[in-house]
Formats: sequence, structure tokens, C-alpha cells
Amino acid sequence: MKATHNVHNFLEQFWPSTVDGLALGSIYALIALGYTMVYGVLRLINFAHSEIFMIGTMAVIGALHALGVSSLYGGLGLVGFVIVLAFLAGLASGASAVVLELVAYRPLRKKGASRLAALISAIGASLFLQQLFARIVIPEAFDLPKEKGALPVQGHFVERDNVIEIGDLVISNDKLIIFVGAILMMVALDQFVNRTRLGRGIRATAQDPETAVLMGVNIDRIVTATFAIGGAMAGVAAALFMLRFEEAKFDVGFLLGIKAFTAAVLGGIGNLRGALAGGLVLGLVEMYGAALFGTQWQHVIAFSVLVLVLMFRPTGILGESLQQARA
Amino acid sequence: MERLGTLRRNKMRVTGAVAVSAVLALSAVGCGGGDDDKGSGGDGVTIGFLGDLTGENSGIVIPPKQGAQLAIDAYNATNPKVKITLKTYDSQGKGEQAVPLAKQAITKDKVVGMIGPAFSGESAQADPVLEEGKIPNISASATNAALSSNGWKFFHRMVANDNVQGAGVGTFIATTLKAKNVFIINDQSEYGKPLSQTVKAAAEKGGAKVTEDAIDPTASDYSAAVNKAKAAKPDAIFFAGYYAAGGKLIKQLREAGVKGRFLSGDGSLDKGLSAGAGGTNADGSLIACPCLIDPTGKAGEASKKFAEQYKAKFNAEPAIYSAEGYDAATAFIEAIKAGNTTAEKINEYLKTIDVAGVSKQIKFGANGDPAAEDVYIYEVKGGTLPLLGKASEAKVS
Repeated sequence: MKATHNVHNFLEQFWPSTVDGLALGSIYALIALGYTMVYGVLRLINFAHSEIFMIGTMAVIGALHALGVSSLYGGLGLVGFVIVLAFLAGLASGASAVVLELVAYRPLRKKGASRLAALISAIGASLFLQQLFARIVIPEAFDLPKEKGALPVQGHFVERDNVIEIGDLVISNDKLIIFVGAILMMVALDQFVNRTRLGRGIRATAQDPETAVLMGVNIDRIVTATFAIGGAMAGVAAALFMLRFEEAKFDVGFLLGIKAFTAAVLGGIGNLRGALAGGLVLGLVEMYGAALFGTQWQHVIAFSVLVLVLMFRPTGILGESLQQARA
Repeated sequence: MERLGTLRRNKMRVTGAVAVSAVLALSAVGCGGGDDDKGSGGDGVTIGFLGDLTGENSGIVIPPKQGAQLAIDAYNATNPKVKITLKTYDSQGKGEQAVPLAKQAITKDKVVGMIGPAFSGESAQADPVLEEGKIPNISASATNAALSSNGWKFFHRMVANDNVQGAGVGTFIATTLKAKNVFIINDQSEYGKPLSQTVKAAAEKGGAKVTEDAIDPTASDYSAAVNKAKAAKPDAIFFAGYYAAGGKLIKQLREAGVKGRFLSGDGSLDKGLSAGAGGTNADGSLIACPCLIDPTGKAGEASKKFAEQYKAKFNAEPAIYSAEGYDAATAFIEAIKAGNTTAEKINEYLKTIDVAGVSKQIKFGANGDPAAEDVYIYEVKGGTLPLLGKASEAKVS
């Protein structure tokens, strides 16, 4: 009886769960890109990527405060506003990611340190950035007392309305923008990596760094570009995230970062299209799982699915490595 | 992740306990004869305050700290024989930080009493340390019912526990609000989960149908729980958790078009709730609390006088648990006034204390729970939380 009750719940909540799963999954996917690109090129898991995302959310909320936004945007005005915010956040996150690479990874790479050293450096950078924002940057930037730096910063700017209503399928403007925005960014990035000279360089480095150097690829430039692009994607993700949740905090990236990394592994780490697939699948699995078994099982279900997929496809849904993502 | 956290905490607790017993054994050997000059140094004693002073839920811990500060400063101003120093310990609400801080308070700072730990989760971990160190502790805000059922001899609190709160608010939902269909969401914490169960039991006893779900308060997206609430079409929604998550939950519920009155417990009694909810989303929500916040003196002369003093000192209205923090400090002050300056003597005194406090009569049962069991209801109105009255008497418009 309990089981049929659960299935009944699931069917009743199928459409809302699908919409929310895709919206959340889109954000996972955009963050996952940063993990996957850096892994593809350097075989490094950049744990500080969640803080790059956090910096993006701070850029958005900072811009909202600086511009003194007090009115709510809806409809087309919202789209324009989000594009501006996404650009700003992408810039802030992309630049931070480049600096992060210069400070935390490049010196180690030049000295030929082991990958484990870089991994520890990544964890250190992650903690450093979190505390830097909680203790100094947030109190200074938002004119708060020092002890309030760990509190969430809010800014309300979105007027929500339902743009699509077909029976149970109801999509609000913010969720639609998140999904469409994420897909557009994905397509643009895919084209960029596959069609441009720089993209070819990135793929070549991912495939075989030594041969790439012999062919005249400047590795440092490629690595910088990889961090800049991955960071910018996290910035866009941050803008879309703010559109929906309107709240930023020094550790906002922690759980999202773990989930996005999971999405990257699920889709096949190093694989751009895998990040998209992994993110959307993870978002949907979480929401469907929660509808079926109760929300307290949300994380358990997500990670169980990860384990199951990796048991049968150890390299993830679409397989590993950047170079296979050719058109 | 949660799993890992628990494992690590358990491990810390075990090593913590071992370390404390080792330290205690050493000090017992070391200062067998020196015990006398520990408290009667003449120049004063130290009382600790342990809780989340900078973390995201510090909004419900700073007021009791200020309440305690007010009481102790007023006492010191009378130029007594034994002055009291209030030393604060910032646990950020985390058990793994509260445990070493409690040890530091016992062994290094030699506190004779502790106000706190503030939250239930950290209390479950740090109270055993205080128990072993034989330090009387009075929490102004830890309401988890199970805390008083461990047979601890040094544990006290100034608020009624969650069983009292849950029964009060559950009955209120079913009888005063006459809700037939109630949706209960908990935050899976040591505070929220048991509270949700007592509210559920009381609401069902009052004839309401209850549906349940949970959220992860560290996440941003609560849409799974919101979708379930939407499908249930409740008249009343009760959230058992803290305000940081509560505000975001209200926002997402209202944006999804979920109607029904929002209620929550003491963990959500903070202005941060309506700020997080945005706009007027939180207005009309009702918050229950076994605590008394009464800046206008609606409940009596003592609260009015307390509010005036508090305002003069901190330039702010009394907030959540400030009266309870004041009363906890008063309990220690009374003990010290009566000539008890060692931790164990103070603890003996607390068994018999029976004086009028601001929030309630200061009197403890054998398990450390307060004798008074009133639950109050507050209404969210913009950024304010006016008192409606006792849960058994409150009228709702």
C-alpha cells in the first residue's frame, strides 16, 4: 500500500519534478564544465572551482547592491538584466579562475610537483577563498559588521510568473531562462572547442600534451584559457542560480560544487557533452527520487545512481576525455 | 557527506572523551591539595558562554549572550565580594568546535559554570564533556527533549523542551487554527526532527491529517519538498528547523503558489526569516517558542523593566532568548551570592533555586528542565515579531 502511495505521489509530482530537476541540473551542468575542462587538460580536480562559483554569486549580488536595484524585473526586461549580470559574473569568475591557476597551480606545475600536491593546493585554495570572503570581503563589500560575514546576502530582483502552463506542466520565467540559458552556453562552448584555433589547442593538449608542444601549442596559454572558460561558465551558472534563489553566502558553492563534480563524473569526466548529460540526469534523478521516496533520501539516491552507473560504465555515461567530444 | 560528518564527529567525541578523562585524571593527581584556592581567590570567578556567535544562525545566540552580559554587569556594578567574568566561546553552532572549546573552558579558563551550549546538536556533544568536568551548565536555548533524559547531573536549561513546545504548537494548529490538513517539514537536525514528530502527534490527536517531508538546510533548492506540499494542498504548514532555511523555504513555497498558513518553532523566531523570504512572503506566519520576548511588557512588569535596561545598554529591543540568557546568568549570580564559588557547590545550589526570573520562575526539575512550561505564539509582521500570547490563549486574526 505504501509503495502504491509512493508511485501515486510520483505521478502526481512528475511534471513539477521534471521542471525543477532540469532547472537544477542545468546549474549543475554549467558548474561541471569547469571541473571537466580542467581535468581534461591537466588531469587535476580543481576543488576550488566551487569558490569560483561563489565569487560569481558575489559579483551578482554586489552589482545588484551597487546599482541599487529595488524594483522587480519580469518578462523581457528580466532577460536583458540577466544577460548583463551573467556577463559581469562570468568576467569576475573567469578572472578569479585565471588568478587561482597562476597562484595555486602554475608554480607547482613548473616545478614538476606530483598531482597530489596540486590536489592539496586546490583544497587549500578552496578553504582560503571561503574564509577570505566570510571574514574580510563580504563584511567590507556590503558594509556589514565583521561577525556578519558568514550570513547570507540577499537581493530581490525577480518578478516571477508562469510563462508556460499546459495542464500539470507549469514553467515559471526564471526556470525557463535557466534551462534555455544553460543549453545556449553549452552549444556555444561546444562549437568553440570544436571549431576555433584555441579550441583545437585545448583538445590537442588534452589528447597528448607533449606532442601538442612539439606542434607549437603554447601550453601555458591553453591552461590559462581553460581556466578562464571554465570559470566564466561557473560565473554564468552563478547568475542563473541567483535568478532563482536570490541569495549568496561564502559557502554557497560547497554542496553545489560536490554535486557538479558528481555530475561531471556521472557524464564522463573530461567530456563536455558528458557534463551536460550528467548535470541534467543528476538533477532529474534527485527530484524524481525525492518524489518517490521522500526528500530525506535525495542525496542518497543521487549518489546511489552514481555508483550504479560507474559499476556498469566506469568512465561515465558518455565516456572520458575531452578529445572524444569532436563533432 | 552527512555520513562522513557524523563519523568524524563520533571519532572526535571518542578522542575528546579520552582526552578529557586523561586531563582530569592528571589534574586530580596533581592538585589534590590545591583544590581549596580554586574558587576562593577572592578576586572573582569565571562563567562561560558557549554558542554560535558568528555563524549563520548567530541571530538567536547573540541576544542571550547580551542578556547574560546585562545581568553580570549589573551584579559586578554592586561591587560584590566575588566578581564574575563572562567569557565567550564561539562554537559557530558546530559540535566539533564546541567540544574542544568546552575542554578549554574547563582546563585552561577554569570556569565554575557555563551558559550554553546554545543549540541542541552541539549540546549533545559538548554536554558530556561538561558533565565529566563537573561544570554546571544552563542552556538558554537548547530545546531537544532527549537532552534531559541522559541522567546528567550538571545539565540545566532555561526553556521548556521540544516535547512541551511541539505539543503546544500542535494543539494550537489543530484547535485554535482549526487546520484539517497539515504539512510538516523538518530539517533533519537533532532539533528539527524530534520537534516535527511531537507536533505531528499533537496535531493528529487534535483531528488533523498530517503529511510529512524533509529538506537539507545546507542546500539552496527545496523544490522537492515544495512540490510535495503543493500536491498536499495544506491549510497549515509547520517547519521544524532554523530561520536561515525557513526564510528560503517560505519564499519557494509562496513562489510555487502553495497557500496555507506557515508556522514554525523557536529556531525560526528571528527577523532573518522574513528577510530570507523576501517582500511580504512571510507576513502572517506564526512562530511558536517556549521563550518570552516581550519588549512592550505585555506579559508583566518584570519583562518591561528588563526591556528598558536591555535597550539602554545595547540600543536594541530584547530578542529571542535574551530574557532566558539573563535568567541563566541570574541563576549563577544567585548561587554565587549565596556563597557558592566552586562548580560543585553551585550545582548543588541550582537544585534548590526558586526565584522569580524575567522569562519565568527560575526553578529546575531533577532532570534539569525548567518547572514552568509555557509556550508563546508570535506573528511575523514585516521585520517585527509581536507577541500574540500563550499558545493556549492566543487569538489569531
